[in-house]
Amino acid sequence: METIQKKTEEGITSEMALVQAAKKGDLEAFSELVKRYDRNVFRIAQHITHNEEDAQDVVQDAFLKAYQNLEQFQGNSKFYTWLVRIAVNEALMRLRKRKTDRTVSLDEDVETEEGSMPREVADWSPNPEQLYGTSELGDILKKTIQGLPPGFRTVFVLRDVEGLSTEETAEMLGLSIPAVKSRLLRARLQLRDRLSKFFNMSKKGGD
Amino acid sequence: MKCNDFLKELTDYLDGSLSEGLKAELDEHLHWCRECHVVMNTTKKTIEIYRDNKIYELPDNLRTRLQDAIMTKCKGHKSSKEPS
Repeated sequence: METIQKKTEEGITSEMALVQAAKKGDLEAFSELVKRYDRNVFRIAQHITHNEEDAQDVVQDAFLKAYQNLEQFQGNSKFYTWLVRIAVNEALMRLRKRKTDRTVSLDEDVETEEGSMPREVADWSPNPEQLYGTSELGDILKKTIQGLPPGFRTVFVLRDVEGLSTEETAEMLGLSIPAVKSRLLRARLQLRDRLSKFFNMSKKGGD
Repeated sequence: MKCNDFLKELTDYLDGSLSEGLKAELDEHLHWCRECHVVMNTTKKTIEIYRDNKIYELPDNLRTRLQDAIMTKCKGHKSSKEPS
């Protein structure tokens, strides 16, 4: 406990210091890491599984697994990168369990060369945020992203929602950098196309 | 530059990770192609809207419950490894 107090006095505790303390069995240090990243892990898990119960399980299992395997964490990458990799694997496993008749992988549905040119090219005006209330907009965003294949939406969430770099995303998902870039492009274009159906409605109605 | 060539570079264009030369070519295309301009704008807006309206936030009460559950499990793991 004394060590934690000392760290807090020093200001921002570095992630590596927390990991080192947790490795030595300092549960409070590990608890600090949980608090730092549980929201992100939950959000990523929800996006992959589409199920709140599964997402809760993923959060618990991912942190427990991280704790149990902390010895194996070498510190070559950021702890967060390592943790998210565990969480993504756990989430994909849950998704597979739900769809017992078929396998689910990040490579699913990514083979097509479809949609070279987006279909909908009308601008969004008025602004979608002015067009819908917060909860209605949230429902549209959920519905739209759920329609994407897991390999697309996972890349989109890590890169564009969580703000990770292409390199970090590639490392977390075990993909090459060109694969991440190509999925990100398709995910962005598909989401744009699907959102257009909602955000151009007022215009169509006015014609 | 054709629209398809523009689209292939759209991700790097939006992320600002293109070389100066290629960026200039894309800007030139955007200047006269209204469709690509709209696609670029609405794709940018797509990213912003997902980033700014974070869906699936973890509610505080659930968060506390999950944190407690995680730490209980970790404690269990620790004591099973090192019996006191």
